[in-house]
Order: sequence, then C-alpha cells, then structure tokens
Amino acid sequence: MTTPRHAFDASPQGGAPSLSAQPDPRLPMDLAETLSTESASVVAQPTAWQRVRRNGSVRVGAVALLLLLALALLAPLLGTVDPTLFDPASRDLTPGKQGEITTLEGETIKHTFVMGSDSFGRDIYSRVIYGTRVSLIVGLATAVVAMAFGIALGLCAGFLRWLDGPLMRVMDGLMAIPAILIAIALVAMWRGSLLTVVIAIAIPEIPRVTRLVRSLVLSIREEPYVEAAISLGTPTWKIMGRHVLPNCVAPLVVQGTFICASGILIEAALSFLGVGLPPDIPTWGNVMAEGRAQFNEYPHNIFFPGIFLAVTVLAVNILGDGLRDTLDPKMAKRL
Amino acid sequence: MLKFLGRRLLSTLPVLLVVAVLVFLMLRLTPGDPAAVLAGDAASTEQIAQIRQSLGLDRSIPEQFVIWAGNLLTGDLGQSYYYKTDVSTLIAQRLEPTASLALITIVIAVVVAVPLGVIAAWRFGGALDRSLMAFSVLGFSVPVFVLAYVLIWLVSLKLGWLPVQGYKRLADGFGPWLYHLILPAFTLSVIYIALIARVTRASVLETLGEDYIRTARAKGLPEAQVLRQHALANAAVPIITVIGIGIALLIGGVVVTESVYAIPGLGRLTVDAVLARDFPTIQGVILLFSFVYVLINLLVDLSYVFFDPRIRY
Repeated sequence: MTTPRHAFDASPQGGAPSLSAQPDPRLPMDLAETLSTESASVVAQPTAWQRVRRNGSVRVGAVALLLLLALALLAPLLGTVDPTLFDPASRDLTPGKQGEITTLEGETIKHTFVMGSDSFGRDIYSRVIYGTRVSLIVGLATAVVAMAFGIALGLCAGFLRWLDGPLMRVMDGLMAIPAILIAIALVAMWRGSLLTVVIAIAIPEIPRVTRLVRSLVLSIREEPYVEAAISLGTPTWKIMGRHVLPNCVAPLVVQGTFICASGILIEAALSFLGVGLPPDIPTWGNVMAEGRAQFNEYPHNIFFPGIFLAVTVLAVNILGDGLRDTLDPKMAKRL
Repeated sequence: MLKFLGRRLLSTLPVLLVVAVLVFLMLRLTPGDPAAVLAGDAASTEQIAQIRQSLGLDRSIPEQFVIWAGNLLTGDLGQSYYYKTDVSTLIAQRLEPTASLALITIVIAVVVAVPLGVIAAWRFGGALDRSLMAFSVLGFSVPVFVLAYVLIWLVSLKLGWLPVQGYKRLADGFGPWLYHLILPAFTLSVIYIALIARVTRASVLETLGEDYIRTARAKGLPEAQVLRQHALANAAVPIITVIGIGIALLIGGVVVTESVYAIPGLGRLTVDAVLARDFPTIQGVILLFSFVYVLINLLVDLSYVFFDPRIRY
C-alpha cells in the first residue's frame, strides 16, 4: 500500500483526529476541525474528480489496470503465438526453454516458451497474456450487467410501493444463496460461453446493487428538491433520471469496482473447477485447471496465471478502495 | 424475548420459501432433459418417456414444485440421477468433511483475526496496523485456489510438513483428522481473517474513543483488561455479525478448497453433481448451504442479547 490511510479506516467518534484523506464538500461544517488540522491551505474545495485523481490508491490501481489493459490489447505484438496452437514435440517445457510450434498454416517455427508449455505443448505465456482479455472483459461485463439490472430493479423498488415488498423478498432469497453456487449451477445448465458465464456471475450480484439503489432512492426521495419536482408535476421517470440517478453515481461506481473484482475471481474459480468457459478458450482459470494434474513437477503452470489473476484483482480492489475513500466517505466509514 | 424469537423465526420463513422457489426454478427452467441424460445415449424415445414419467418431469412446473416442496418438508430431497441413491443419504455421507473443514476454519479465523484487529486498533496507524490493512486487501484479492497451491507447494512439497491432499475421518482418530485438515482450513481462513480482522479493528477503534475507556484507564486498569473487557466487549456485536455474513464467503471457499485438496465433502459433491447434470443433488446441496446460511444468521441475531446486554428484545 502506498498510503497508510486505508479505505476501511473508521473514524473514532469524537476521539483521535479524523482519517478522511480529503474533506468531503458535502459536509464542510462538520469537518472544519479536520480541515484545520489536516492542512491550512485549503481555500477552494477540490471537486470530486480532483479528489479522485489525487488519491494514492486510485493512482496505483488505475496504473496497474491500464498496464493490464495494454497487455490485453497488444497481446499479438508481445512475442506471443496463437494461444490455441500446440505441438506434441514441445510438451511440458520448463520456463525459458526453446522449442518449436506449428502454426495454423502448417509452418513450424522456433519459439521460446517464456513461461514453459503445458501437457499439450501449448505456450503458457501466450495463453496467460491472451487470458488477460477474457478476465478484463468478464470483470467489466459482469459489473455492467449487474449494475444495469440492479439500477432498474432498485429504482422500481424505490418508486413503486406495491412492488417494493415482493421484489425485495425475492432479493433477500437470492442473497441467501452463496454467489458461487448460483453461478456454478447456472453455467452448468446453460453450457459455458462468455455470455452465459457473465450473466451467471452477474445474477447473484444484482440484489446488492438493487438494495443500494433502493436505499439511495428512499433517502433522496425525501429531499426538498425532489418534493419540489413532484409538486411541479414532473413525471416520475424524469425525476429518476434528473434527480435520483445522478446522486447514485458515486456509490454505484464504488460498488461496480467490487463487483468487477468478484466477477474476475468467480470466473477464474468456475474455469478452474471445470464448470466455466470451454477449456480451449485461454483463461487464467483454464490454464490453472490444465496445470493441476502435473502440479508436482510443473508448478509454474499454476503459478504464472495465478500471479496475473491475483495482481489484477488486487489492482481492481485497490482502485475500488481509493474510489470509496474519495467518492463515498459515508460508506468508507461504515467498514 | 419469546415474542421476538417467534417473530424472527417467522420472518425467515419467506426467505427460505423464496430460496426454495429460486433453486427449483433455476435448475428446472433451463434447457437440457435430465430424463435423456439419465437414460444414456443408447436409450430409445419410449425409455426416455418412461423415465420422464417416473420422475414426474412430464407434469407442469407448478405441479412439480408442489410435489418437490412437499417431499422436501419430509426431509426427502429426491433421488440422485447420477448416484441412484437418496440425495439426503448422499449429503449425510459428505457432511462430516465439510463441517470439519468449516469448523476448523472458523476457529482459526476467530483466534487469529480478533486479537490482530484489537492490537491494530490499539496501536492505530502503527506498523502492525498498516500491515494488517495491506494484508486484508491482499487476502481479498488472492483467490483461494491460488493460495492453496502456493501453500501446498511450500508446506507440503518443499518442506514436507503436511500431507498434500486427502481427508481422514474423525473416526480414524483426532490426530490424523486434524493433520489432514490444517492446511485446507488455514488456506480457507485467510480471506475470513482479512474480513474479521478489518471489522474488529474498525469496531474496536470506535469504542476506544468512548468516555468509558478513558475512565477505565484513569482508574488504573491494566491496558490488557481495558482492551478485553471494555473495548472488545463493547465492539462484539459488529464482529459477530460479520462472522455470520462471512459464512457465505466460507461456503463459496469450501467448494473450491475441497476440490484442490481432494476432500470428499459437499463442495466436491456439488462440482461432481454439476458436471453430471444431477439436478436433485445440486438442488439439495444448494438448499442445504442456503438454509444453513440463513439459520446461522438467525442465531447471530439472537446472540446479540448475549454479547450486548443493552439489547433487549
């Protein structure tokens, strides 16, 4: 960690100095003391975007993720071969060994297996680099799908009284089933493909977003400006879009990063267990699943994708922690 | 208190019902014909139809649910399509390894995490505090199966201290049982430690700012006693709550951990059942896990009275 001030820090009530790295412009009076002890030179309140950019965790997480994104986009240029290529002559090579691999055109080329090869003679390095694409897509898509459904359902629950009770009971039920079990069952029933895996991972996350949006809607609804809008006869959909949703953005962005992290983890776990994406698709979970049988002799088959997986999830989590600190101080204090 | 107990018990019933409906629908409304799977590749259309009828799969979905839920209430989870035995028997056979793993994991997690969290809050901002916070982000990020392989490689293969895989029943002796479970339980406990330590730290940090802590210190109580009897005791409720909520994490981890360490428990059963498209077994296991989760959180709610006498129902 680059900063000792961490996301889950809870400020002691009325005790030691507050931990908020930056003052929250929404609560200028409450934090006046903090301000004076933290820095004397705060004249203009920084905007949310400025606070985000100055946060150390956000920077570390964002830089790491940009690097991973570059790896994913530039995968063909980074000395990789087609990740589905295999060559029986190059089976079970240790990292750094020279070998040969046959291209789809039937041409045999010399290739250095930087991370070794698996028991089919496939290049682990290429599979791991291309696996970055799958993980990033799954993480992002899971967050987008879960958010889209969660926001729609949360707005409905918050605005339509008759729907609130039944909908939230269904969400309670969904939350009582451990996420990975829902995902495993759904993927197995639908057969693994990128779309089904994303939806299966997103479904157990939907209740969390729904709850968040619903609670935000219920509190924002009581604000004077919403009352004013209602009394002026503004249609409900316009109130949702103009007044309620913009106030939900910050907590939702924070929530979204954590869904992204858990989506990447669960996809890897599913593939690892053999119930995720088809084995020929290069994902970190699949590479690890293939490495299981020979772990004693060739532990690197599991370690290389494992390191990439852990670093990616770590980057997303650090980014999320930083965003929470800066965008959503109320939530940061709760945990 | 009794009135509250009754109300709280009643309020879990709709959740359990919704869980039952969701689990039933999830696995019944998906493409794929279990009768065809069960009959095998060589079966004729008549044979498949016969199996479908004997399983009740030819009835309407609501009818199927009523039959299934009725059986559920009598403890009958149906017949496994794959193992051809009662699902409840199957679950009973696999219960011991999973329960053992979960129990040891919780014990390790609480014993390690609570003192760590208390000390981190006490020496707030110090080296231990900062490393604990860093560790907890790391703990949330390293997947349990990656950690499992790192530990197997280090502890079992390189150092040779513990067995690589496998499980010994408690009936074979306490020693071998514990010996085989230590590494899996430790692996699984890491994320749980991260979670509990973080909440303990935040919760104790909050109580340490209270007036009664200053009073306790002013009257000359030893610091250890202040921390244990005043700070931790008053911080107990959020800690107990997160232990309950964390059970969901634990269940997810059990599935993966059992697979890596070849422990023949419910997690392995789930994965095997999914690969074999064994609907009744999948339903049974998911229902069991969900009900356990709901009931543990019910117990957690009730335990507030014990941990915080100010709470009265």
